[in-house]
Amino acid sequence: MSLLSALAKQKIDRELTKYPADQKQSACMSALAIAQDEHGWLSNELMDEVAQYLGMAPVAVYEVATFYNMYNLKPTGKHKVTVCTNLPCALSGGVDAAEYLKHKLGIDFRETTADGQFTLMEGECMGACGDAPVLLVNNKRMCSFMSKEKLDQLVEELKK
Amino acid sequence: MSALNYGPDAVILKGLTGENWRLKDYEQRDGYAALKKILKEGMKPEDVINEVKKSALRGRGGAGFPTGLKWSFMPRSFPGPKYLVCNSDEGEPGTFKDRDIIRYNPHILIEGMIIAGYAMGIGVGYNYIHGEIWADYERFEEALDEARKAGYLGKNILGTDFSFDLFAHHGYGAYICGEETALLESLEGKKGQPRFKPPFPASFGLYGKPTTINNTETFAAVPFIIREGGDAFLAQGKPNNGGTKIFSVSGHVNRPGNYEIKLGTPFAKLLELAGGMRGGKKLKGVIPGGSSMPVLTGEVMMATDMDYDSIAKAGSMLGSGAVIVMDEDTCMVRAAERLAYFYFEESCGQCTPCREGTGWLYRVIHRIEHGQGRPEDLDLLLNLADNIQGRTICALGDAAAMPVRAFVKTFRAEFEYHIEHKRCQVKTGGYSNAAEPLQMAAE
Repeated sequence: MSLLSALAKQKIDRELTKYPADQKQSACMSALAIAQDEHGWLSNELMDEVAQYLGMAPVAVYEVATFYNMYNLKPTGKHKVTVCTNLPCALSGGVDAAEYLKHKLGIDFRETTADGQFTLMEGECMGACGDAPVLLVNNKRMCSFMSKEKLDQLVEELKK
Repeated sequence: MSALNYGPDAVILKGLTGENWRLKDYEQRDGYAALKKILKEGMKPEDVINEVKKSALRGRGGAGFPTGLKWSFMPRSFPGPKYLVCNSDEGEPGTFKDRDIIRYNPHILIEGMIIAGYAMGIGVGYNYIHGEIWADYERFEEALDEARKAGYLGKNILGTDFSFDLFAHHGYGAYICGEETALLESLEGKKGQPRFKPPFPASFGLYGKPTTINNTETFAAVPFIIREGGDAFLAQGKPNNGGTKIFSVSGHVNRPGNYEIKLGTPFAKLLELAGGMRGGKKLKGVIPGGSSMPVLTGEVMMATDMDYDSIAKAGSMLGSGAVIVMDEDTCMVRAAERLAYFYFEESCGQCTPCREGTGWLYRVIHRIEHGQGRPEDLDLLLNLADNIQGRTICALGDAAAMPVRAFVKTFRAEFEYHIEHKRCQVKTGGYSNAAEPLQMAAE
């Protein structure tokens, strides 16, 4: 029974067209991201399947998954919210936004709410310092200029 | 849509509204005219490189290396594939310029890369895009599709025998991959740990083949240089500092954002473009080139021009062009602590001085910030910085050491106050005036 869906394999195949035929490993990062999108996190079984699909040793795939910050190596809440608190953002309210969310959700960084809805993470520079405070939802949706009102709205929207 | 405000001298970001990023819009802005000129006039590859040399374009990613010279290092007659790589892994704190190029003017980057491919006889390129900007990565993929359909990318471009294809690669959260050889490792599907140099990428790069890597903004400057001439580009800046440069201004200003100005423009003018100091506060310190560069005092910055040579003379580096502005209420110990934490977090762990040293730097500044500093700590920090800098495979070690040394040297009295009084001398004790201070919900 395959953990990767036919659609996921189709997406990985598209990534593979970007690289020379003998360099399938180059698609490892995107394949892991595609697998994570589908399952929420990367279990060993899932990573083994990616390894098999790309003809890589499983350990080479684990190395990639553990090196890059955006892979989830354990289950997260339904919405992983990553707030940038690096200096340029902090100067424009990034830390305040993170503290507000901690208080509102009742959790600290690297924790998940009891209802499994939210996981809060501290992020490093997202390359959007001019839009501070900035946060990412599930690695893909960037939210900018996060005032208290916008944070409230976002949490309400995601709860639904 | 009205034009976005990038300043009156913008070249790369000129006429952008945020909506007019498509191929047809770019063509209306003289887009792909430079590529057509090269192919129709049969301009020789070495003439393209000479034009870039004449422009005095220097790498916009941080190192400021002359682009034309870098291009001339590529072996002309190498049999087999050679690669072109764009470094859009923009993660140097304070830097957010490449993102605006990718999302608002992606075709200028595509055209610049095609021209570079032509000049160096390269058939395949990759654009490595920062992991956190997914929507912009998807837009770039869309722009690539447009260019392919229009015959600007692929086999026999515009009916000539020149072929070049370009692909986007999405990162997944590792600052170190902005280092060019770590980026190559990452493109090969490995963890992004920098390689020993030499051999340099021009002889042993992606998949072991000759490879040239430039920053996004560097490639984006190329169409203008070919269309208007290297001299015209040089005239936008000053000798040895050709052209305009995008500065990302963040921190305590009224209008944080990207501003494209002529190299050599006074810092005071850039600050004015960014709307001046937020709340009319006094300028205390500026990091002029991204978080890895030494911090300078407000007074020094107000007397400095924004170009590679002037900023170097003032004691820092232009770097990536990320200008982090801090007002009088900023605690410099807390600022240094946050940057030290960043390098500790992002060290790839390959070299001992960096892996261990960045942790030491962070922990020592942390204890000073938290009222447990010891009188000998400042010398310890400088000693640690000396034992990291120049002793690692890549520049991340230097990038961690340089800001700490500069913060301690430039604002030593503030560090000493923290150690002696076990508290901050700045009233607000921290990052000061956020645009909209957030009130905690009532208990």
